[in-house]
Amino acid sequence: MKRLLVPCLFLSALALWAPRADCFCGFYVAKGDAKIFNKASKVVMVRDEDRTVLTMVNDFKGNPEEFAVVVPVPTSIAKQQIHIGDKAVVDHLDAYSAPRLVEYFDPDPCQIMAMEKSALRMQMAPMASAKDEARARSLGVTIESRYTVGEYDILILSAKESGGLETWLRDNGYTVPPGASRVLGGYLKQGMRFFVAKVNLKEKSKLGYAYLRPIQVAYESAKFTLPIRLGMVNSEGTQDLFVYALTRNGRVETTNYRTVRLPEGMDVPEFVKDEFEDFYRSMFAQQVRKERGEAVFLEYAWNMGWCDPCAADPLSQEELRSLGVWWVPDPSQGRGFVPPGGSQQVFITRLHVRYDRAHFPEDLVFQQTGDQQNFQARFVIRHAWAGDDHACPNWDAYARDLKKRRGQEAENLATLTGWGVGSIRRKMNLASDGSVPESKWWDRIWSN
Amino acid sequence: MNTTPSHRIDPRYYQIVALSCLVLYSVIWFRFGTSPFQIALTLGTALGTQYVCTRIWRLPRFDSKSALISGLGLCFLARTSHPLLGALTALIAIASKFVLRWKGKHVWNPTNFALVFMLIASPGFWVSPGQWGSVAFFGFLVVGLGGLVVNRAARGDVAYAFLASWGALLVGRALWLGQPMTIPYHQLQSGTLLIFAFHMISDPKTTPDSRAGRILFAALVALGAGFVQFVLYRTNGLLWSYAVWSAAVPLIDRILPGTRYDWSRPVVGGRLKGVVHETPSGPLPVPVRTRALGA
Repeated sequence: MKRLLVPCLFLSALALWAPRADCFCGFYVAKGDAKIFNKASKVVMVRDEDRTVLTMVNDFKGNPEEFAVVVPVPTSIAKQQIHIGDKAVVDHLDAYSAPRLVEYFDPDPCQIMAMEKSALRMQMAPMASAKDEARARSLGVTIESRYTVGEYDILILSAKESGGLETWLRDNGYTVPPGASRVLGGYLKQGMRFFVAKVNLKEKSKLGYAYLRPIQVAYESAKFTLPIRLGMVNSEGTQDLFVYALTRNGRVETTNYRTVRLPEGMDVPEFVKDEFEDFYRSMFAQQVRKERGEAVFLEYAWNMGWCDPCAADPLSQEELRSLGVWWVPDPSQGRGFVPPGGSQQVFITRLHVRYDRAHFPEDLVFQQTGDQQNFQARFVIRHAWAGDDHACPNWDAYARDLKKRRGQEAENLATLTGWGVGSIRRKMNLASDGSVPESKWWDRIWSN
Repeated sequence: MNTTPSHRIDPRYYQIVALSCLVLYSVIWFRFGTSPFQIALTLGTALGTQYVCTRIWRLPRFDSKSALISGLGLCFLARTSHPLLGALTALIAIASKFVLRWKGKHVWNPTNFALVFMLIASPGFWVSPGQWGSVAFFGFLVVGLGGLVVNRAARGDVAYAFLASWGALLVGRALWLGQPMTIPYHQLQSGTLLIFAFHMISDPKTTPDSRAGRILFAALVALGAGFVQFVLYRTNGLLWSYAVWSAAVPLIDRILPGTRYDWSRPVVGGRLKGVVHETPSGPLPVPVRTRALGA
C-alpha cells in the first residue's frame, strides 16, 4: 500500500504527496467540532534564542497505514528530541486564541444608568532492515537514526543528492509527486535533514488511540522558519496554516512577508451571532483578497497569563510545558506557581496564512520582536434596548443614534466580508437609510 | 579649499520631501507600528540633539536637514515597545555622527548605526523588514530612482552597484539551490531593500570617496548581508553588514582615494593624487564648512 504524505502537517513538507482532501486540520470557533477552514494545518512553535520546539497537528482521517509525513529539519534529531504531544492541549490553545465575538446590551435610555453586560460568544515502509540500509547507501541516502516513539516509526534521513532521496522514498512506498526532487535538493544543499514519520500499527493498537497524536520535535538552530514549499509542489490551490508561536519576549512576525493585523473592534449586526463561522470565513477571505493574497495575518497576540474577554482559559503551566515551553517552572516540582490571572513570561502570537505557490514562493521566515502589546481579532454586537418604556426625553435621541448605528453596522459588515450591503440590510430588516421600515397592517394578519 | 557658495538646490530638500511622503503613506496606508506621536517624538529628538551638538561643538550653523533625514529613516525602520526607546534611538543616531569620526568624516551612517546599536542593546527594539511586503515596491522604486536621477547622481553608483551585487547574489543562490526565479524576484521586491539602497547606503558622507571604492564597498555589503542572512540565519543582514563594512571605509579610502563629498558641490569623486581633506583630522570636528555633517 502506498503511503500518502499528508498535505496537512504544515511543514508538511509534506504535502508532497498526492493531495487528498481527507486531511483537514480544522479551526474551531463557537463549537469545538465546527471545522470552518478545510485544508488547514496547525503548528505550535515554541521559540527562545535558538531553541525551537515544534508541535505538528494533523487530523488525518484516512487509513493510518497510508499516513506519512516528511519534514525538513535543520539538524540531526536524537530520540530524546522527539515526543508525542496531547492534541487536547493544542485544541485548548486554539480555542484560547480564536477570533471572538462580544456582545453588549444597550441600557434603558430612559434610566441613565450604565448597566452594561458583556457576554462572550466565540466563539512508510516497514522498518528498514540491513538490506534496506545497503540499498539506501547505494542511493546516497543515509538513515541517520530510526526510532519508534508512541504510535510512530521515525527515520532521520540525510542524502547526498535529491534524486537518490526521491528514489528511496518511492522504493519505500511513498507517493512523491513530480517536481519534489528539485525542492528536496534545495533543502539538502542547505544541510537540512528529513524527518520521516509513519504510523506503527502495532504500537497504535497497543496504545489504543483512535486518532493520530501530534508529533513534537525539539532542536537548536538559528533557523526560525517553516518550510512550506514542499507542501505546495503538487498543490494548485490554497492551503491554510495556523501558527501558534509561544515566546518569552513578545510578538512573532514574518520577515519575508507582510504581517497584517486582522480588523478588530468593529461593530457588526446582531445576526452575525448566529452565523459567526460564515462571517469569519468570509471576513478572512476578504482580507486575503484585500492584501492581494500576499500577507500573513495576526489573529491574536497576548500574554499567556490572562485574557479579556476569554475565549477559553489561559493554558496552565503543565499544558505549556507539554508544548515545550521549557522556561516555565515545572509545577510538579512545586515551584513557580502562577496564580490565575497572573502575568506569565509566555507570549502567544497566533498567525493565520493562506498560501499558494504564486503568492508565497519561499518558506516563511520569522523573528521574535519586543512587542508585548496585546491584540485580538474581536468583533462586537450591540443589542438595542428591548424595554417598552419609550416615554422619556432621551428616547428620540436614542432612536436616532440607534438608526445611525444600525446603518454603520451594515456598512462595516459589507466592508469586512464583501457581502452586498443591500442583502445585509434586508437581513437586518433595515431601509437604505438605516431605519426599520414600519410594518404594514397585513404583516400582522398572518404570522408567516 | 573651495568655499564658494553654490546656487544649486541642496539635494537633501528632495530627500526630505520624498521621505516625508513615504512615511505619511506608510502610516496611513500600512498602519504599521508607529504612531504620529512616535514620529513627532523621533523627529523632535533628532532635531533637538542636532541643535545641542551644534552648540557643544560650536558649529557656526544649525543644520536641520541631515537630522531630519536621519529621523525620517528611523521612522521607517525603528520599532519599539516604548516611545522613549524611539527617542533614544534618534538621540544615538545624531550624536553618533558628532562623536564617531575618523579624519573629519563620520564613520557610520547615523540611522544605520543607531539601528544596529539598539538591536544589540535593547530587547524592546526591532526592525521589521517585511513590513511593506511587495505592495509599495514600485512607489518606493520611483521615489528612490527619482532622487538619484534628480539630485544624488553623484553617489548613485553605490546604490546601483549594491542592487546589482545583491540581485546577483540572490539569483546565484537560487540557481545553486535549484529554486525557481520567483524566489529571488520575491526577495528583491522589498520596500525595505529600496529604502536601504536609496536612502542609507547611498549616503554620500559615509561611503568611500572614489567610485571604485564605492563599488567595492557596495559589493562587500551585499556579500556580508548574504552571509548574515543565509549562513548565520539572522534577520536584517543588510543593516549588520553595512555597519561592519562602514568601519572599513577609511581603509578603502586609503587604498582608493577620491574627493570628499560636499553637499553644496555634489561631484562623482574621481581618483586624485594627494587628496586634500576638507576638514582637519582629529577626534572632534572643527567647523570649517558652512554645510556640515551630512546625513
